[in-house]
Amino acid sequence: MLAIGEGASFKAQEIIKTLGSQNILLRSQKPGEEEKVTNRRDNYVLEYGLKNEDLKRIRNTIPGVETALPARVVRDYVWNITVRVDVDVVGTLPEYPIVRNHPIAMGRFFNQADLDAAESVCVLGKEMAQKLFPLDEPLGRDVRIGDNYYRVIGVMELRTTGSFSEGNLEDAGSASRDRMFIPLETARHRYGEVLFRRRAGSSELERVALHEITVKVVNPQDVIPVADAIKDVLEKNHKKKDYAVVVPLELLKKAEETKKIFNLVLGSIAAISLLVGGIGIMNIMLANVTERTREIGIRRALGARRQDITTQFVIEAVILSASGGLLGVLLGVLIPFAVSHFAGMRTIITPGSPILAFTISGLIGVVFGLYPALRAATMDPVEALRHE
Amino acid sequence: MSTPLNLAAGTPSSAVSPVSAIGPIVGLENLRKTYQMGGTTVTALSGLSLEIQAGEYVAIMGPSGCGKSTLLNLLGCLDRPSGGRYFLGGQDVSGLDDDALSAIRGARLGFVFQSYNLIQQLSVVENIEVPLFYQNCPEEQARQIATDLARRVGLETRLDHKPFELSGGQQQRVAIARALANDPLVILADEATGNLDSASGREILGIFDDLRRQGKTLIMVTHDVEVGERARRIIRLRDGELESDTCH
Ligand SMILES: Nc1ncnc2c1ncn2[C@@H]1O[C@H](COP(=O)(O)OP(=O)(O)O)[C@@H](O)[C@H]1O
Ligand SMILES: [Mg+2]
Repeated sequence: MLAIGEGASFKAQEIIKTLGSQNILLRSQKPGEEEKVTNRRDNYVLEYGLKNEDLKRIRNTIPGVETALPARVVRDYVWNITVRVDVDVVGTLPEYPIVRNHPIAMGRFFNQADLDAAESVCVLGKEMAQKLFPLDEPLGRDVRIGDNYYRVIGVMELRTTGSFSEGNLEDAGSASRDRMFIPLETARHRYGEVLFRRRAGSSELERVALHEITVKVVNPQDVIPVADAIKDVLEKNHKKKDYAVVVPLELLKKAEETKKIFNLVLGSIAAISLLVGGIGIMNIMLANVTERTREIGIRRALGARRQDITTQFVIEAVILSASGGLLGVLLGVLIPFAVSHFAGMRTIITPGSPILAFTISGLIGVVFGLYPALRAATMDPVEALRHE
Repeated sequence: MSTPLNLAAGTPSSAVSPVSAIGPIVGLENLRKTYQMGGTTVTALSGLSLEIQAGEYVAIMGPSGCGKSTLLNLLGCLDRPSGGRYFLGGQDVSGLDDDALSAIRGARLGFVFQSYNLIQQLSVVENIEVPLFYQNCPEEQARQIATDLARRVGLETRLDHKPFELSGGQQQRVAIARALANDPLVILADEATGNLDSASGREILGIFDDLRRQGKTLIMVTHDVEVGERARRIIRLRDGELESDTCH
């Protein structure tokens, strides 16, 4: 049970690792209420999202911002002769690998000169590189998107985050698309400002200047205030909420809070079950003591002190509850396993929790076994021998 | 054959004083026992004085309700007198607390009950070991002593049997072996033959005769005249008082 909570905060830590705790991610998103209107009208161009002005404002007016890295993200097919891969084509600046902490596996990332000249060069993601060029070196080869060819100059390192998709933070379960990088200027020329999108039978046009801006903060402590300042600025300049602000640090805090609440609820459930279990053990032991009254009398007559009788029955209670605890620990290891396997939820079993569970069940035996044991020990030997 | 018991390994409780070589093994001075029944006081024993020497074989007899069981419980340190004094092996045990009485029972006394009182889930040899367990006797030594005693009562082939697999006479023999395990000063028997057929009863009485010959001190409660006749000395009680004390 604790394993689910542990898994949730682990996911947030993974997001932090990908985006960096010093970063804030701004994304364009289609305002919700607009969708219904545009679905029926073919020639309407929907304009939304982050503007170049937003980028300028963030760069120039908000203190504590080290870099603000713009990116245009377009979903498209990339070809190598007959091999096709569905990717996110990302038009961005040369700083991307540094800001996003995403190193290059081979070759190089594009530089300022490539950007200025709007060169047709690209850097492939590791996965797509393997799909497009399963047999040979991708470097120096050309790939095709639509009618345009791009020279491969580098390949990125594989992202270690399996389940987490950068483009879709809230919906981490969706399949993540690999990213292919081209200079921002090249992307502007090739794709223009208006994008054509076909969905569910009807087509739509949309104009989005920038799909995402990654803001790197100078001081890690300032992430939250800077994020608040950015939110303020964007709110003033956008009529609609056509953007999203993702602060990894906030996500982590939220996840930690969720985990805390989760643990609290689970803790209460556990406490109640322990109480119920403890009372069960007490009942069993009381019945046991009554049933064995004669035996207690015999043992007392043969020299057992009260303390010896107490010890005997407490040990029996502990054995009883600890064997229950062992069963519980087994289930507690198997259930998170099943949850991960069938529900796809991430669960982590900290090595402490089975040990804790086992120890607690033993302690329950001591606590709830003590009263029956004391009842056994304080019996009058003569009475006990006469029993039945 | 003398008992090969040496409990030196077990730590004798400080409550148990060394046995005095002189004087009686049991000495009662004006021993009284009363029970509080709601508002009324029932007197079970009203001032009993007597002495029993080491090696004596004594039967306590009398009609039902005369106080035989009460006396045996007091002699067995299972209960405390309301008044008077009880010396066991020269030590005054009438004022001791529960833990001290437990220690005395474990080190100085052996019990044989009418209904055998074996622990059902333990085997023959384990039942005989119980008193040794509470004397902190090392495991191998306890097993050795218990096996020897089982042989003495003729149960060496039944060591691992459970009580319910044995006849009444056999169970009572296990109980006698258990009473001997801690080499007690006094063996107390309460109607030890009461639940047995006459053949098994004679067998048990035969073992008691053997014990007396070995110098053991035996006190047994019985209402059976024939059984009482086996003892050298008969103490008769009536209404909580000594009626007669005869030797033959
Ligand atoms: N626990 C007790 N509470 C009250 N009265 C008792 C108790 N035990 C014995 N007595 C009374 O003490 C007297 C002696 O009893 P007991 O020693 O059992 O006699 P016996 O064993 O000779 O039949 C009886 O009158 C009996 O009712
Ligand atoms: Mg009686």
